[in-house]
Amino acid sequence: MEMEDTHKQVEDIFRDILDEGSLTLTRETTANDVDGWDSLTHIQLIVAIEKKFSVKFSSKEILSWKNVGELLDSLYQRVSI
Amino acid sequence: MISDFSTLRNNLKKDSSLLPSIRVALVGDTATQFLAAALKGTAIERGFKLDLFEADYNQVERQLLDPTSDLYAFEADYIVVFQSSHKLLSTFNKMPVDKQHILAEERIEFVKTIAAAVKSRLIYFNYPEIDDTVFGSYANKVERSFIYQVRKLNLLLMECGMETPNLFIGDIASIQNKLGRDAMFHPAIYIGSEMVLSLDAIPHVAARTLDIIAAIQGKFKKCLILDLDNTLWGGIVGDDGYEKLELGHELGIGKAFTEFQQWILKLKNRGVILAVCSKNNEETAREPFEKHPEMVLRLDDIAVFVANWENKADNIRQIQSILNFGFDSMVFLDDNPFERNIVRENLPDVTVPELPEDPSAYLEFLYGLNLFETAAFSNADADRTRQYQVEAQRAATQTSFINEADFLKSLHMESEVRPFNSFNMPRVSQLSQRSNQFNLRTIRYTEADIERLSGDPGFQNFSFTLTDKFGDNGLICVVILEKKNNETLFVDTWFMSCRVLKRGMEHFTLNTLVDYARQNGFKHIVGEYVPTAKNSMVKDHFIQLGFNQIGDSTRHLFNLEVDNYKMKECYITAI
Repeated sequence: MEMEDTHKQVEDIFRDILDEGSLTLTRETTANDVDGWDSLTHIQLIVAIEKKFSVKFSSKEILSWKNVGELLDSLYQRVSI
Repeated sequence: MISDFSTLRNNLKKDSSLLPSIRVALVGDTATQFLAAALKGTAIERGFKLDLFEADYNQVERQLLDPTSDLYAFEADYIVVFQSSHKLLSTFNKMPVDKQHILAEERIEFVKTIAAAVKSRLIYFNYPEIDDTVFGSYANKVERSFIYQVRKLNLLLMECGMETPNLFIGDIASIQNKLGRDAMFHPAIYIGSEMVLSLDAIPHVAARTLDIIAAIQGKFKKCLILDLDNTLWGGIVGDDGYEKLELGHELGIGKAFTEFQQWILKLKNRGVILAVCSKNNEETAREPFEKHPEMVLRLDDIAVFVANWENKADNIRQIQSILNFGFDSMVFLDDNPFERNIVRENLPDVTVPELPEDPSAYLEFLYGLNLFETAAFSNADADRTRQYQVEAQRAATQTSFINEADFLKSLHMESEVRPFNSFNMPRVSQLSQRSNQFNLRTIRYTEADIERLSGDPGFQNFSFTLTDKFGDNGLICVVILEKKNNETLFVDTWFMSCRVLKRGMEHFTLNTLVDYARQNGFKHIVGEYVPTAKNSMVKDHFIQLGFNQIGDSTRHLFNLEVDNYKMKECYITAI
């Protein structure tokens, strides 16, 4: 799987859960930049990404992400790309 | 049937202002925002709007023990209290060892105190087990082990519930039994969020909670309507005969149906009214109940028994008019997706579970839906079937509510008419072997016979499929015409699957035959009915289609004059 594909699929998950069809994610995007990305939807997003890619994040990772890029890096480590 | 969390959250965007509102307070010792959203979203699906008070988490004692708290000022109709096994475990972990054996007692005292303090209904969640395995299985012999205390507490909660009318136990332990602990709990998310229920489990917990609230509000299921063939027993009684049905431990997957019937009998004994709605001759449909030794359900258990060839939406309307329950209190179980869809489409308030294909999976699937929540039970409930049976006898047969033509038009039916070919021969011969009820002469043809016939110029063959908007019924009808002479066609074979009765398929078939006769210069079509033990339903088949009786006392023969025939109206398009 290519990194761009993964990025795109994560973006689709965000669009779906946050109900923002035109949302664009960059590596620098943070929760503050996106309407509706609150502590509740954050957990929905994690669970949806875990399901989509059949991975489990560690508790430490979940707490450590400061932006989308860090989340993606955790994901890249777990899926073969 | 249980929506996922995203769906529930999206429900909140719907306009629910017209729904009756219920005041619910939710108090928990862990993060409850997700549960709160799921409760609101589930309520909308059940036709309620929740006016929800959410206490800051970890205020269970303060809110519930202080009569001047915000919680009491809110004046809830229902107070939902969710004290988690996790927090119970951490309380336990901090207790001195010599006190650990009274954990359950201490907690139940608290529950009793709050049940006495609140004036509203209290829904208190029980405790899904966490086995810390400190003692292994030996914990069962150690009173101060955590698992011993959790199980004891759940038992004490049931006892307390029996004595306390306003206390209802939200059985989330049973949700964990069904889903498994690893699905119920997501440790990595719990550590950062204090969420002890996984996102997948939350909709189930919300559903169980709303089951209780809806039941208390008077919305619960009173009536279970059952299909027969391949739902209550394996096989088709009209074709196979009652002796050959799969039932009991001897035959095929009969055990699955026996256990299914045992469950249904328990529901009946609890007070759920049973009705039968089956496409069958009534006599044939009753036979297994009267004669099959392995039947668990008997005619006595059924309040209303409807077996005919009308559409099931009409039949359920008739059942409803006899029993006088709302459609929303009815559950309809049928293995056939077509029947389920017809009922869903015409009677949207009836609950129609999407039964799994494999009958062995019926029970576990239905257990997971918890369809029969109740807010009360008395032993008198068990006797209610009798009074409805009397009512059913009194009620006359109702006329059809649906306009038949509109109904048939709405199905958008299409039929593919083909002579026998290598693709359809296996199915043609299979249907020839199996079809007993709608079969005029009941001649059994093997695949080799069919192949021979298809090459014989003395015969003309037709196979018919039927597709409707709900799906493809496959090849459902076969006619074999023998060319007796230049003017006369003899209907050697005409059989059809009973699944497609009452769709105008007979008319479409005859139109097709007459079409063929006209194009090839035939003047007469002669049909014959050969009675068997099972085909009485087609006794008058040719007469009903406009044939004249020409037979003598030995044979039932009928003649149709091709030139005088008027094409019959039907709503099936040839493709």
